[in-house]
Amino acid sequence: MKVVVDLNRCQGYAQCAFLAPDVFAMHGEEALLYDGQPDDTWRLDVLRAEAACPVKAITVEGTGAMWATEGAGVSDGG
Amino acid sequence: MAVDGSLERLRREGRIVVVGASLAGLRAAETLREEGFTGTLTMIGDEPYEPYDRPPLSKQVLLGRVPADHTALPRRRAIEAQWRLGVAATGLDLSAKRVALADGTSVEYDRLLIATGVRSRPWPNELEAGLDGVFVLRTRDDATRLRHRLKAGPSRVLVIGAGFTGSEIASVCRERDLPVTVAERGPTPLSGALGSVIGDVAAQLHHQHGVDLRCGVMVTGLEGDGAGRLRRAHFSDGGTVDAEVAVVALGATRNTEWLAGSGLAAGPRGIACDAGCRAFDVRGIVADDVFVAGDVARSPHPLFGYQFLSLEHWGNAVAQAAVAAHNMICRGEERRPHLWTPYFWSAQFGVNIKSVGVPNMADQIIVSQGSLGEHRFTAAYGYQGRVIAAVTFDQAKWLEFHQRQIEQAAPFPPPFTTVDRRAEGMRPVPAGFPDPSVPTHGPQVTVSGHSPTDQRVTFTPA
Ligand SMILES: Cc1cc2nc3c(=O)[nH]c(=O)nc-3n(C[C@H](O)[C@H](O)[C@H](O)COP(=O)(O)OP(=O)(O)OC[C@H]3O[C@@H](n4cnc5c(N)ncnc54)[C@H](O)[C@@H]3O)c2cc1C
Ligand code: SF4
Repeated sequence: MKVVVDLNRCQGYAQCAFLAPDVFAMHGEEALLYDGQPDDTWRLDVLRAEAACPVKAITVEGTGAMWATEGAGVSDGG
Repeated sequence: MAVDGSLERLRREGRIVVVGASLAGLRAAETLREEGFTGTLTMIGDEPYEPYDRPPLSKQVLLGRVPADHTALPRRRAIEAQWRLGVAATGLDLSAKRVALADGTSVEYDRLLIATGVRSRPWPNELEAGLDGVFVLRTRDDATRLRHRLKAGPSRVLVIGAGFTGSEIASVCRERDLPVTVAERGPTPLSGALGSVIGDVAAQLHHQHGVDLRCGVMVTGLEGDGAGRLRRAHFSDGGTVDAEVAVVALGATRNTEWLAGSGLAAGPRGIACDAGCRAFDVRGIVADDVFVAGDVARSPHPLFGYQFLSLEHWGNAVAQAAVAAHNMICRGEERRPHLWTPYFWSAQFGVNIKSVGVPNMADQIIVSQGSLGEHRFTAAYGYQGRVIAAVTFDQAKWLEFHQRQIEQAAPFPPPFTTVDRRAEGMRPVPAGFPDPSVPTHGPQVTVSGHSPTDQRVTFTPA
């Protein structure tokens, strides 16, 4: 499975690292490291993390998530 | 403009070609399908891989936490494209609406999106650049090679250039317990992007983590041994350092050479386009069917005096791709402008660095929260009495607030008091940006208004 985190949006709440520690890990106080292609074993954990992220920064392939094309910082006036 | 009937036909059975199959290209393709484009979509990319994510390359990939092939980008939806990977576009014929490819074939389009991004600036001396042990870092293959070499435990790594990428590489080396020297021409790391006030904090991080940081020097030469392996580097101050690995992190060059002679306003600073992502030709007239997005684009932004911004930012590629794709297949009055407020992040030495706005346009800076000495703070940048940018070190939660301040052109210095304001943040100080007329290895934001030397129109009477 494929995962990407919009780190402009991410505010380091660490929800994901708590729910899917094999995929997401905090690095220092705020920076997030993650595996973009975790084993399917972790699928449920990753989906939980995706749902729990307070700023909806996590996109998982194939879940049809409302992935913010207009990520943090967008105000395109449209 | 397309009359309704032909626009309908374009959406139903038109041909859209995307050159540059990376972040911007993929996100544009997804948006096209999302918005109902059912015609033929061709994705042309010179790398052999499906679109992947670059920011992890200088972070988790070099650290050895994940392999470089774990960076493929997730798809938001199926895009049903014809992929032409591993083949470069070599030319563009605007009047025939055709893209020429390196394998001798060509592809015709009704609408074209150019998202060819940038590439690493190589070490200028070709012989020295060819030494075994000299690397750049832009692609998945670069990352795989460098990671492999770091794993072998070189006696010392030399990082040339202390911008974001160079600093992240130095940080990774220290985390892997490798001796590392960083050579930077500017007065501090990150000074081109964030100014030397914040750059001083970055320098402290380097020192604290045992980096041998040399500022105010240039690497003048790389020396190999008899077998063509890197052995030593020479500095402008007469010093030398012995290193087995050197990473050249001197910024990037826009991938626009393939457009030479096409008639598009494409050059070393990127491809100029309007706020709706439509490319300009050399006459300054919009080329109706050609759109631009991502690192290769330069577009005017009202928040920053309508200057042309080129941003090497992940979030910009995502946002601009969505706007470009939308505008490619809609009526004129439905077009949207790309008015994204620049956002950027970096992680180094365990510190999360984020910025919003265009710091290097600023003249002053004020630390509004926290303290530089603690490496945990929020600082706002001012330009002619208004807030133009902000940076946080491990205080990302304040960035959104500053984004609104920038968008409202709020006064600088901020008239309100903030929690955790310290003595050092009571009054603004000069932000310490280098003289813009002196070239640097590249702040990731280039503000480029009109410059007479930039005129590329050649008038050749018959
Ligand atoms: C090591 C590294 C770390 C980064 N870290 C961060 C970060 O922390 N935060 C952040 O905001 N941004 C970061 N970035 C920047 C971010 O990755 C870019 O802004 C983003 O990749 C831009 O996407 P793009 O699609 O516009 O261009 P690119 O990703 O450059 O893609 C362009 C694609 O087009 C291809 N191409 C070029 N010419 C041709 C041609 N003639 N024919 C066919 N294909 C062609 C290229 O090979 C490439 O695959 C980082 C970049 C790197 C390299
Ligand atoms: S849960 Fe969301 S905001 Fe929190 S660390 Fe994970 S990605 Fe970032």
